[in-house]
Amino acid sequence: MTHRPGRRRILHRAPFLRALSAATAALAATTFIAGCGSGKSSDGASSRASSSASGSPAASFPVTLRAANGKVTIAARPAHIVSLSPTATEDLYAVGAGKQVVAVDADSDYPASAPVTSLSGLTPNIEAIAKYSPDLVVASQDSGGLVDRLGKLGVPVMIEPAAATIDDAYTQIDRIGRATGHTAQAEHTVAGMKSRIAATLKRAGSHHSGLSYYWELGASPYYSATSSTFVGRVASLFGLKNVADKADKASDGGYPQLSQEYIVSAKPRLIFLGDSGKSDGGQSPAIVSARPGWSGIPAVRSKAVIGLDGDVASRWGPRLPQLVDAIARAVEKAPSR
Amino acid sequence: MIRAAARSRTVRLYAVAVVFLACAVLVGAMAGAAGLSPAATAAALLDRLPFVHLHSGLSPLDHAVLFQIRLPRVVLGALVGGALSLAGAGYQGVFRNPLVDSSLLGSSAGAGLGATLAIVALGSAASSAVPAAAFAGSLAGVAIAYLVGVTGGPGTSTLLLAGLAVSLFLAAVQTYVLQRSSQDIQQVYSWLLGSLSAATWHQTGEILPYLAVAAVVVLLHGRHLDVLAVGDEEGRSLGLHPGRIRLIVVAGCALAAASAVAVSGLIGFVGIVVPHAVRRLAGTSYRVVLPLSLLFGGGSLILADAAARTLVAPAELPIGVVTALVGSPAFVLILRTTRSVRT
Repeated sequence: MTHRPGRRRILHRAPFLRALSAATAALAATTFIAGCGSGKSSDGASSRASSSASGSPAASFPVTLRAANGKVTIAARPAHIVSLSPTATEDLYAVGAGKQVVAVDADSDYPASAPVTSLSGLTPNIEAIAKYSPDLVVASQDSGGLVDRLGKLGVPVMIEPAAATIDDAYTQIDRIGRATGHTAQAEHTVAGMKSRIAATLKRAGSHHSGLSYYWELGASPYYSATSSTFVGRVASLFGLKNVADKADKASDGGYPQLSQEYIVSAKPRLIFLGDSGKSDGGQSPAIVSARPGWSGIPAVRSKAVIGLDGDVASRWGPRLPQLVDAIARAVEKAPSR
Repeated sequence: MIRAAARSRTVRLYAVAVVFLACAVLVGAMAGAAGLSPAATAAALLDRLPFVHLHSGLSPLDHAVLFQIRLPRVVLGALVGGALSLAGAGYQGVFRNPLVDSSLLGSSAGAGLGATLAIVALGSAASSAVPAAAFAGSLAGVAIAYLVGVTGGPGTSTLLLAGLAVSLFLAAVQTYVLQRSSQDIQQVYSWLLGSLSAATWHQTGEILPYLAVAAVVVLLHGRHLDVLAVGDEEGRSLGLHPGRIRLIVVAGCALAAASAVAVSGLIGFVGIVVPHAVRRLAGTSYRVVLPLSLLFGGGSLILADAAARTLVAPAELPIGVVTALVGSPAFVLILRTTRSVRT
């Protein structure tokens, strides 16, 4: 139920004085584990047995994973998972760990069956999280000392930050699968995503490669994503050329604020709107086409302005093939040069 | 003789201000990420003058960039910069305090709350509603501060403290609202940082009437502010009503600042630095400081925005970063070279 091996490590490594306080906590933790053990055995062997009953024979606990916040050890198959990241929530449900999820943050709106709470991943309230007595917390960033403070309560935390590459996204799904006892289904999910994306790419072919595109994240001011970002890499699968790449020297981590006149004079042939969702800025192809001075852009003239599902376009989870599909449809429709 | 010399000095300063503004407009029209040739740009601009027919050689797309994107931004920059500087100078006169600008009297915090509420409540419909909400919020912020301050007691310092308290309160409410709706954080912060990047002729036309009214009201009261600078008692002995004048000037400044904030978000420093620089040039009479602040403020913000557009082109810097980076050292310089700061 708790972070037992982690506690032991602290005891071994911590300076003597700090060990004393840790020992007190460990004592409490051990008692707690004993209490749980009477109802539901949680040592390695029997958890393996119980997880094989749930249909994932490959799962074994305790398991130690390397997440963005370093080594995370999960003592037993988690049964009370709290997700503070919309992408992690989607990952958890995709790998079949949905039944183990007890609470997700306010921004996790997919799948609809996820138990949405008012928890926040940006400004996490440790006590509010602890109220769900989680045995695993997944978040996309370690804000407000989340990892340390939940660690003090013996709760393992996995930080799964915004994926930089497509492989990162797959790795995160695999890791969440192993952390929750669904290794096989996670592998299955990733394989499914890969084959669907490969089929889409094959269908689109390469005869449209080299089309220039502008990926909009915000319109006031104009924020864009370069080809070094996650979505940029997805677009690069089609061989598309990103007009924001020239602006990347401004060291904004791949998300430069672009000058409107530059966007227009770069004459992109495709425009993707990552800001067309209700809470993302509410832009639409019609609004973009009506912007003063934009009517001469090739993408506007050929109606190649695509409003994307903002959630799908801003997450790096199992719905990635949908994003690839949306780009493929736009690329296929675009007039070839 | 001395009067005549002073008058010719004032005329010279107005000439300098107008030339400065004109040069700023030219620089603003020439500079930009699209890389239009200066000669073609100049030809295209001259072509717009009556009786001048020039072929600029700009493509239709370049033409659209110049006239639909760049020029509205330059004009909007002039209006916003002029409005913020005029409001700053006006407030400094009303409060006899050189450190006041529109952000201190509930205007910025009110606008911030208004914009945040619009973005959080309306979501996709927000982009058109944000300016109106910011405008209303800005005016409401000042109105609340004024009512609280006036009922709190006579004098300017009560009013100022009320403005500070109301600002902090509104900012806290704004933070709370934003906290409840973390999805909108990026949009709200982009707005708070201030930007002219989405400028259109439509926006320019929308704020112009409010600005014109506000400017006329404030400029007409320069003489009264000069009298009040000596003290409320002296003002009363000359038949003025200090409270009424303060109300009118505050209302005018609030209107000017609100229309600026509605289209540009929160742009700092202009309202403090420009009036100070003007005082350094032209002395402390508000009859001169107010109109010169309007002109120099317009030119300064055009230049700041040109820098924001070109320093890291084709990327852009938030204009608030430029005004603060340039404004703070300039402010320190002005303070150091000014023997005594009188307002």
